[in-house]
Amino acid sequence: MTFSLSAGNAKRIEELVRRYPTKEAALLPVLHILQREKGYISPEAEEWVAATLDLPPLRVREVLSFYTLLRRKPAGKYVIQVCRNISCFLAGSEDIIRHLESRLGIKAGETTADGKYTLLAVECLGNCDHAPCLMINDDDHGPVSEDTVDAILKGLP
Amino acid sequence: MTGIPATLIPTGEDSFRLEAYLGRGGYEAARTVLLTKKPQEVMEEVKKANLRGRGGAGFPAGSKWAFVPQAGDLPKYLCVNADEGEPGTFKDRVIMTRDPHLLLEGIVLASYAVGIHTAFIYIRAEYESIARRLEAAIDEAREKGFLGAGIFGSGFDLEVLVHRGAGSYICGEETALLESIEGKRGWPRLKPPFPASVGLFRRPTVINNVETIANVPLIFRYGAEWFAGRGLPRDGGTRLFGVSGAVQKPGLYELPVGTPLRTIIYDWAGGPAAGQGIKAVVPGGLSAPFLTPGELDIPMDYESLARARSMLGSAGIIVIGDRTPIIDILRIVARFYAHESCGQCTPCRIGTTWISKIADRIGAGGGAPDDLDLIRHLAQGMKGKTLCPMGDAAALPVLSIVEKFGKELGETISRGAERR
Repeated sequence: MTFSLSAGNAKRIEELVRRYPTKEAALLPVLHILQREKGYISPEAEEWVAATLDLPPLRVREVLSFYTLLRRKPAGKYVIQVCRNISCFLAGSEDIIRHLESRLGIKAGETTADGKYTLLAVECLGNCDHAPCLMINDDDHGPVSEDTVDAILKGLP
Repeated sequence: MTGIPATLIPTGEDSFRLEAYLGRGGYEAARTVLLTKKPQEVMEEVKKANLRGRGGAGFPAGSKWAFVPQAGDLPKYLCVNADEGEPGTFKDRVIMTRDPHLLLEGIVLASYAVGIHTAFIYIRAEYESIARRLEAAIDEAREKGFLGAGIFGSGFDLEVLVHRGAGSYICGEETALLESIEGKRGWPRLKPPFPASVGLFRRPTVINNVETIANVPLIFRYGAEWFAGRGLPRDGGTRLFGVSGAVQKPGLYELPVGTPLRTIIYDWAGGPAAGQGIKAVVPGGLSAPFLTPGELDIPMDYESLARARSMLGSAGIIVIGDRTPIIDILRIVARFYAHESCGQCTPCRIGTTWISKIADRIGAGGGAPDDLDLIRHLAQGMKGKTLCPMGDAAALPVLSIVEKFGKELGETISRGAERR
């Protein structure tokens, strides 16, 4: 196995596993830690998790394929999730998505060729009083307009 | 408008910090309870306060706790549902952002009442910044001896873990949530057995919504009578009404249970958005059947909304303006449930997908005259025929749209046919 992760995260995972009544229960938190470090869950990472938590590799795949925020492919440096559910739709989220698609030159669900942006149209982000809203990585933005979206993108490091 | 002060949503930049919470009388209720009351007395107080679950089903919290067998030393668990995926719902986000310690104090009280020593907060992964805030609050509370071993010098121990979901609406369903904490796909379980007897890791488990637990400290800070007196006879306290969509002032409004929908929309949320009338209102998150402008005088409580064949649900109110074609709304509702069906039960997996395809077809101008009947048939085929409440959650809003806005949908279909 060629998979390795940072010493800090290896230690965090060890501590985490101890806090749960079963090793299996640490699966989601461990996958989150790996995805944060590597950007996605590679086949090697899957095998590593299975071995670390004493699970059949199929169990890891089963969970990976169920949850929409776990990725089996690399994403852009900035993952932009634009809410398209009812309150955001009523506030113009379709225009925001179209604007971002044309600005970034990709469709929702795609990543720019330079690996900088991934654009996703997602269901409710639970920020409906700030509609239309979006997230860039862990940060919430809203209400946004085409202009404020441009300014936010410009301000990214 | 009522003069009752808001209590679940403190304002101020630093309201989330421990010092600010202590300044509001925080952790005093838990300290007094742990040092002077028996667990049984705590449960009785919560029953007397008429606190009902705020997640959607509205089950009395004290009774739910009482279902957990008290005998035996084997572990029991508390799971706080912070998955908040119901479209139009953002109250738990606000509670946890502004007052994480209120939630933690509620967790201490609930756990003490039931004899629980490990609590999980299951939070949706999109709330990562809030999850971090909760973890920081847990660390602060541990340092002060408000969590951990021998809380407040009593013999009571409690550990709280924040567990992140990973993008799945269905994990807000209580048994799917348990599966998810156990490291599995979020597939709802067959009930019975109920989680109170066979829950997380097959142990007795209490599952409560964030807002439910956040209300518990208030019951002990101000008394069960005070709490019960703020609501209706069988439904104590206030509700956090989230208002979004086509209104002047979207936001979260803490008001007595039973406040009329019209009052919330017009007096608090400023009425419909400029230049628009109201076409439809969702009273309790997207799963709640739609209401028409003629139904705005309904008091916002469980019984009144049930009588109107809708539901209070998460109390997330979504106002749809009269400029929005109802087919657009039907498409969004249908797409959402098709996207979120876990796929375990055939009626839901197939039904939601078909309804979404038909709604899209109508929206694109390709609707057939009997499409509305087909949608009705598919929705009826899901209702009551799935393991978890999602079958109903997907069917009921769709049925209400087709029933109440059938005329407009019929016109949309005819217009599409004329253009073909």
